[in-house]
Amino acid sequence: MLRLDCLRAVYSDLEKCLVVTIMGATAAELHSLGHRANFFYLQHAMGLASSTGLGLALALPDQKIVVFDGDGSLLMNLGSLSTMARYHPGNLVHVVFDNESLLSVGGFPTATGTGTDLAGVARASGIPVALTVRNLEDFKAAVKTAISGQRLTTIVAKVEARGPAGYVTDLSLVENRFQFRRHIQSLQRQ
Amino acid sequence: MHLIRMAEEDPETVLVRLAKEEEGVGISAGAHLAGLKSAMLMQNHGFLASINGIVSFAHLYKIPLLMLISYRGTFGERDPWQTQGGNVTESLLRAMSIPYSRLDQIETVEKRIRQAQTLAESSLQPVALLLTRDLMWEE
Repeated sequence: MLRLDCLRAVYSDLEKCLVVTIMGATAAELHSLGHRANFFYLQHAMGLASSTGLGLALALPDQKIVVFDGDGSLLMNLGSLSTMARYHPGNLVHVVFDNESLLSVGGFPTATGTGTDLAGVARASGIPVALTVRNLEDFKAAVKTAISGQRLTTIVAKVEARGPAGYVTDLSLVENRFQFRRHIQSLQRQ
Repeated sequence: MHLIRMAEEDPETVLVRLAKEEEGVGISAGAHLAGLKSAMLMQNHGFLASINGIVSFAHLYKIPLLMLISYRGTFGERDPWQTQGGNVTESLLRAMSIPYSRLDQIETVEKRIRQAQTLAESSLQPVALLLTRDLMWEE
């Protein structure tokens, strides 16, 4: 399963959500499908995409928040799972693309390739719904269910360690951040 | 503990207890993007543990961050394990170009916190207040 195909499969479901991605390949691939004002790409600060999603989810209970995390990033901030579980906002969907690799920073193997089960860690941390998916059909169904439901969900998607040739887009980081905040302000005026 | 209790009892405040302080940078950034103000309460060792998040999120993306840092390891510190953090806290704040001030008198606390928050919001950057021994602990 390719991450790009996963993103393409749920792209239309993201239209009404606020989306936070991790750096590198995940950000570049979502951007390549067509940037929207409701997408925020956290291009550094590995591990903090899930925390950012939690902050958004607690601050905006009427909005659905989708985080596209990665195994390398989540492993740098496993405590985030326990904090998310503690407050378990039902409007937060936490997707982890697990390619068993720190692909965007050199392709070093992570511990999910030697047995660490992130869905298991999420479940044991108290995340109400945590599952692993290995094909596109299951991925699409899991994300749709989580977005339409009201239970904090961590979906670990096992994907190949393949990404785009480059990661830099024409969207500056600060421009993205201001655009994203203005988008949220426009939602609140509605 | 007292600050945390105040946050917990204030109906206008959402208290988020963290596993590790750096999470607070992401959560505060999310709150800011959602239009809310936030404050991070932590010890100076929590600040040390948050530095990558501060630099590669708050600085990189121009996120206001009000940090209330309990300042351990200074004059009067009895716990040996706290003493190294005290040595490096202010030099790190300066190296990171983070505006900071000490809170040492109860009379100035409210005004200084308000001023720090105003600067964080207007400059879109992290600002720190060091909660000193004189303010925090009776000796």
